[in-house]
Amino acid sequence: MTTELVASVPPTSRGFWGRLPVLKQLRQSVGLQRGMLVAGLVIVAIFVLVAIFAPVIAPYGFAQLRDAQGPFGAQQPPSAAHIMGTTVGGYDVYSRVIWGAQTAVLVIVIAVVFSIFAGIFLGLVSGYIGGWLDRVLVVIGDAVYAFPSLLLAIVLSIVISGGQSSLWGGIFAAALSITVVYIPQYYRVIRAETIRIKAEPYVESAKMLGASTPRIMFRHVLRNATRTLPIIFTLNSSEAILTLAGLGFLGFGIEPTAAAEWGYDLNKALSDVTSGIWWTALFPGLAIVLSVLGITLVGESLNDLADPRLRGRKRVKAKSGTMSLTSVDAALPSDVEILEENR
Amino acid sequence: MSGPVVDIRDLSISFATDAGAVKAVDGVSLQVNRGEVLAIVGESGSGKTVTAKSILGLLPETATTGGAVLLSNRAGTSTSDVVTLSGKELRGIRGSDVSMVFQEPSTALNPVYTVGWQIAEGLRAHRKLSAGEAKREAVEILRKVGIPDPETRVNHYPHQFSGGQKQRIVIASALVLNPGLIVADEPTTALDVTVQAEILDLLRRLRDEFDTAIVLITHNMGVVADLADRVVVMYQGTVVEEADATTLFASPQADYTKKLLDAVPRIGQGRAHTEERARLRAERTAGAAAEVAVVEASGLVIEYPGRFGRKGFRAVDEVSFAIRPGEVLGLVGESGSGKTTIGRAIGGLTRITGGSLRVLGFEMLDFSERRFKPLRADIGFVFQDPAASFNPLLTIADAVAEPLVIHGRAKNPAAARKRVDELLEAVQLPKSYGDRFPHELSGGQRQRASLARGLALEPKLLIADEPTSALDVSVQARVLELFAELQLEFGFAALFISHDLAVVDLLADRIAVLYRGELVEEGTGAEVLGDPKDPYTRRLLASLPVPDPAEQAARRATLARIRQEAGDNQL
Repeated sequence: MTTELVASVPPTSRGFWGRLPVLKQLRQSVGLQRGMLVAGLVIVAIFVLVAIFAPVIAPYGFAQLRDAQGPFGAQQPPSAAHIMGTTVGGYDVYSRVIWGAQTAVLVIVIAVVFSIFAGIFLGLVSGYIGGWLDRVLVVIGDAVYAFPSLLLAIVLSIVISGGQSSLWGGIFAAALSITVVYIPQYYRVIRAETIRIKAEPYVESAKMLGASTPRIMFRHVLRNATRTLPIIFTLNSSEAILTLAGLGFLGFGIEPTAAAEWGYDLNKALSDVTSGIWWTALFPGLAIVLSVLGITLVGESLNDLADPRLRGRKRVKAKSGTMSLTSVDAALPSDVEILEENR
Repeated sequence: MSGPVVDIRDLSISFATDAGAVKAVDGVSLQVNRGEVLAIVGESGSGKTVTAKSILGLLPETATTGGAVLLSNRAGTSTSDVVTLSGKELRGIRGSDVSMVFQEPSTALNPVYTVGWQIAEGLRAHRKLSAGEAKREAVEILRKVGIPDPETRVNHYPHQFSGGQKQRIVIASALVLNPGLIVADEPTTALDVTVQAEILDLLRRLRDEFDTAIVLITHNMGVVADLADRVVVMYQGTVVEEADATTLFASPQADYTKKLLDAVPRIGQGRAHTEERARLRAERTAGAAAEVAVVEASGLVIEYPGRFGRKGFRAVDEVSFAIRPGEVLGLVGESGSGKTTIGRAIGGLTRITGGSLRVLGFEMLDFSERRFKPLRADIGFVFQDPAASFNPLLTIADAVAEPLVIHGRAKNPAAARKRVDELLEAVQLPKSYGDRFPHELSGGQRQRASLARGLALEPKLLIADEPTSALDVSVQARVLELFAELQLEFGFAALFISHDLAVVDLLADRIAVLYRGELVEEGTGAEVLGDPKDPYTRRLLASLPVPDPAEQAARRATLARIRQEAGDNQL
């Protein structure tokens, strides 16, 4: 028999890079799914790079109204000095778009980190311990769902910043108001997973061994429950951008002197659109669309790739491939081999 | 008459997986003749299910098929190559020329439709007929498969039927268009052994009365001996042996077939073994004073609370037994008999509601986790499904080290590694396997690792809940052997829970038979299996198919007699 035998499991030693969440999926993907994932990753990478290097890339500051040549002037059409023109307030649109990326990234990071930690912890405790704590938390989660999320965010941003909006005050107000909206989502997912995992034999086996409750929760349940998080995390990030822009658009965002914010710029551009001034609305709008699109593409592709049934694969030729091992213990070494290997 | 119902020629099937192409079937050729039961046997991964599914064109999108599967209709007037058919043509032959019976009857039926509707679904797909006609045909076919009172039962929903009846209904819906061939994929694996015997009877009737050919996929050699006319043995995607059933069991040719047949546990095999052990234990404890039982249950009652206003469900009813040090008690019963509940109660996972259960001197009736915890070090547990009982994110070494760390014998998994290596060696796994993750081990290897974890603290009592029922028969044989060796070496007492009498017979010093929560019989293997007193034990014993066609025919007759004595249809 010429069939070569291979174990049907993938080898473990794919190195550190092969095990990183996104890179692993990138390797698995084929065809359209790969195209979507790559496109999303490229957009996200550009978004993040722009945010990090905003001070280098942007020709002017986000609140800069004049330079050595004097004031910029309001509503100037795109020119060599201002490649995307200037706003009604006299800011440089290009610089505001670039700086806006920084604000968006900061808000996303803070919002998602807070909601992940709070959501995971609450979900784990509530799912594993159950009882009245669980019921109370579920009711609170449902109550939060019942509010329109933007309304909730507005109320919170008022409560947190008290109308003041410095850079960090504004960012935290925006981030925390988004956090409160998203905690129930993480909480729900983790709680459901925890309840499922609680009944798994490996948790029962840990109970049988006499492991303490915190040990079971954090060593056995937690890591297994957080596997779906990268997907929710990416999808929520894009929603976070939209919520931030929505807050800014409604005037609950960050003052233009404290930081650049796309939603605020869009709001100020409202009246321009009717008078034929397209550049003040187009570029911040495009920035929002592209960043949301990029993150959503990544999230959706990760979602599809995480499910073996949705994951695309290359067709194989007939009679190709290697025979996988059956469950016969043929591969099990003899006692002599074990002795030799253990020596 | 005419040619074979299905003629598979040089079939090869490959799957696209994340790890690249995997070949499942490699150049298989076989034929099924009219009115014949062809059994395809092999272990999981041998390609038997994939081969059978290719007859219906039921392979997933990721599969690529080569070769030909020539399927004839019942009359033998037309033949088509299933491999090349389009979706529409496939729908034409499915149901009318060939149909399928699935393994798990409770998931094969849709819970929101009546069984009559589901049977008529096949009729509607192929013929134009009124609702009344469809129902009449459904009633007729239900009567044929032995559902009592089919006129009313046709309007019932799947949950109103027992497991065996559900499988009858699945068979009825496969049969309703009178196909020439039925593919039965492990049709009895999910059923209890007494129900299995009834379903096998039904399948035999299909062949004899309806002249339907059956492709029977199974890993159970006893079922093969009971039903099959011809047997194809598959191993790693190829056919290693093809013979008629009597010849195959009498004189197997291929080495693999011999190994497979040897591995099947048979009643009576373990007797010499257990007698030897009993003698050894008697010698060991000769001088010692009267032993204190490791586990002692008297009048044990376990009830699950019912919904509001309803009475609770009594899973275990007034059961009394004892396990003495170093003794293996085999607990046998069908699903729902309460055997797992007893195991879980001893492990402190389920509270008992009445009677008395003393585990290592601790009365479980007034259970408190804090006071019971130190005792957990003396109780090992081996779970049914080795794949699920390991945390997928911990390496084998970390998982085996867990009990050592929890009970303070080691500070962290790394410090316990030396002991873990010893344990892995004891269960005949190479040390290096400790660094692997559970999914990188085969089923048998995982169950060995599970044994290593159960034995890590050298417990006085090991509870093994169906430790081999998820394993293939040859793997099962080796795990059972290992279990016996370890028991002899470490001398722990054990509660061995299983639904398979033959497996229990191999290992247990004493056997207890449970039936609907009650202990119907208890005694040594020789007593219980050699001369069963209780009618249920007798029926259980007679229902167990043995891998020998001639003997199995005789047993079938015995079973029929026992059933008649018991007044039939009691279950």
